[in-house]
Amino acid sequence: MYHARRSTVSGIALVLVTAAALICIIGCGKKKETEVRQGPGVGMTAGVVLSVGGLGDKSFNDLAHAGLMKAAKDLGIRPVYGQPEQMAEDEKYLRDYAEQGFDLIVGVGFLMKTAVEEVAGEFPESRFAIIDCIVEEPNVASLVFREHEGSFLVGALASMKTRTGKVGFVGGMDSPLIHRFEVGYTEGAKYVNPDTDVFIAYVGSHTGAFHDPVRGKSLAISQFDRGAEVVFHAAGSSGNGVIDAAAERGLYAIGVDANQNYVAPGSVLTSMIKRVDVAVFRTIEEVVHGRFKGGLREFGLADDGVGYALDEHNRDVITPEMLARVEELKRKIVSGEIRVTDYYDTIAPDES
Amino acid sequence: MGDSGVALFFMTLLVSTLRKATPLILASLGGFFSEKSGVVNIALEGIMLFGAFVGAVVAQTTQNPWLGVLAAAGVGGAVAAIHATASIWFRANQIVSGLGVNLLAVGATIFLCEVYTGGQRSFMLSVSEKLPRWGPFLPLVYIALLMVPVVYLMVYRTRQGLRLRAVGEHPEAARTMGVDVQMTRFWAVVISGVLAGVAGSFLPFFAGSFAKNMTNGLGYIALGALIFGRWTPWGALAASLLFGSADALQEMLQGRGGVPSQFFQMVPYVLTMVALAGIVGRAIPPRALGIPLRKE
Repeated sequence: MYHARRSTVSGIALVLVTAAALICIIGCGKKKETEVRQGPGVGMTAGVVLSVGGLGDKSFNDLAHAGLMKAAKDLGIRPVYGQPEQMAEDEKYLRDYAEQGFDLIVGVGFLMKTAVEEVAGEFPESRFAIIDCIVEEPNVASLVFREHEGSFLVGALASMKTRTGKVGFVGGMDSPLIHRFEVGYTEGAKYVNPDTDVFIAYVGSHTGAFHDPVRGKSLAISQFDRGAEVVFHAAGSSGNGVIDAAAERGLYAIGVDANQNYVAPGSVLTSMIKRVDVAVFRTIEEVVHGRFKGGLREFGLADDGVGYALDEHNRDVITPEMLARVEELKRKIVSGEIRVTDYYDTIAPDES
Repeated sequence: MGDSGVALFFMTLLVSTLRKATPLILASLGGFFSEKSGVVNIALEGIMLFGAFVGAVVAQTTQNPWLGVLAAAGVGGAVAAIHATASIWFRANQIVSGLGVNLLAVGATIFLCEVYTGGQRSFMLSVSEKLPRWGPFLPLVYIALLMVPVVYLMVYRTRQGLRLRAVGEHPEAARTMGVDVQMTRFWAVVISGVLAGVAGSFLPFFAGSFAKNMTNGLGYIALGALIFGRWTPWGALAASLLFGSADALQEMLQGRGGVPSQFFQMVPYVLTMVALAGIVGRAIPPRALGIPLRKE
């Protein structure tokens, strides 16, 4: 018995030593940052805890990171960010930042809701912000976006572009937030042409669904095979597979959160942009200027918090007629003439 | 759906099934080598993840996807050698050692990806960095199918194959006959890693990008396919195709008829569990599976 245990231990030790050696060899090459900062925020620290997808999703997390880095550059704050391996670690990062006395702590994504609730309650003197959901604590700013409005517009564009009357949607994790995109998109597509078929698929029901480009791609292929010519993704880095499928087929994907038009120029019809970067930057700015307040802040079409992306990469695939039409729809939504269904209104409040 | 609609549906299903089955076939054949020699290999999952990452990085840095596949094979073999060393000479618990590799793979690939990309956890491959398509499929699909008879012949029709089976069934007898049990097992596990590494490299070449933990449990499903296939190459092929078709079907059925997506997503996993629970018949593992050879 003693022998068996010892051999198990040495087995594990071997694996660990190899890992450590590996990490040492590479870790030594890492650069240290020695930047001199200037601005009103010098001496302040903002910590951002990213969502499971991690940096490199060319979307949600990259935007939050961009907002933080802009604040470092323009305001001089010290930027810190963490990438938890899994949801269970979210709370650890948040608490760690709070204990270090950071001036603002941002939780990125609805998956962090309970973690932020918990930690914000424990540290009533610290300032928190959360993206994509509402935390009702006095020291938490809840930054939410009217995704359904932006999704309505890209749905309308998809429906105008497809020649088959069919469009697709690939969601990441099957969750209320992603249904908000889906419902808005479907409504936009059907507004332009009530006969539009909208195929809907989800990568999965676990957080891993936001980083599975293999399934993202095969779901998109399956929708293209059924005749869709445009597929909108709201799936984090799983969406990279959707864009790849569109490029391969010579058809169109629609990007999400960030402007992803450049990822495959000509194959990305447009992107449903969601200015997470602006939300993060503004909140840090408020802290720096002593104007931070807890509570709900909504970003919608009216203040360009959401929208569709138009740039040199997709100017050729969006015709002037499409542009005119979508601009008109945008005006109607802003004025209240068109009311886009908010998925959250259709479910019990607890579920969002 | 008219007649042509039905035909199209089945064509799509067939293509998708083969694509889904490819990494499963390669990895389960890998598992076959290891387990047939008597070493449990749940490290397939982690080895695939290493293969996916290294394959994508090498393809991108050299602009040659074939070198990526080779590198994935190499790193797969190297990582498997860790598991082999721990299991064979240190007589570590093979499940624990395999799990160690899997945990290491998740952490190490994320860390290395951040180093490679400057802080990101996924990156995309351009067209020239992906394998070319041969007809409807990537070359690895044909290679996977070809490997089935090759592995069969290697294990059941060669002298080395006989030794491999002998050390998995009755290592003491094999040793008496002069077979170096430990080295035979070592190489079997390394070959298993080579195949699993190649299986992993299929993922970024298909998806056009690497993302953290992109294997998402495929290695475990491959192990399920091996067991479901009763530890034979043909059985592993059949089981991989079955799992692949279940997965392809769930993707094609999603969003139809107002059934929640979770219902279809569950199908492949339920099937795996049914397989593993042995409802389809009792599978007999190699007799010495999981038991390290005692010193004389």
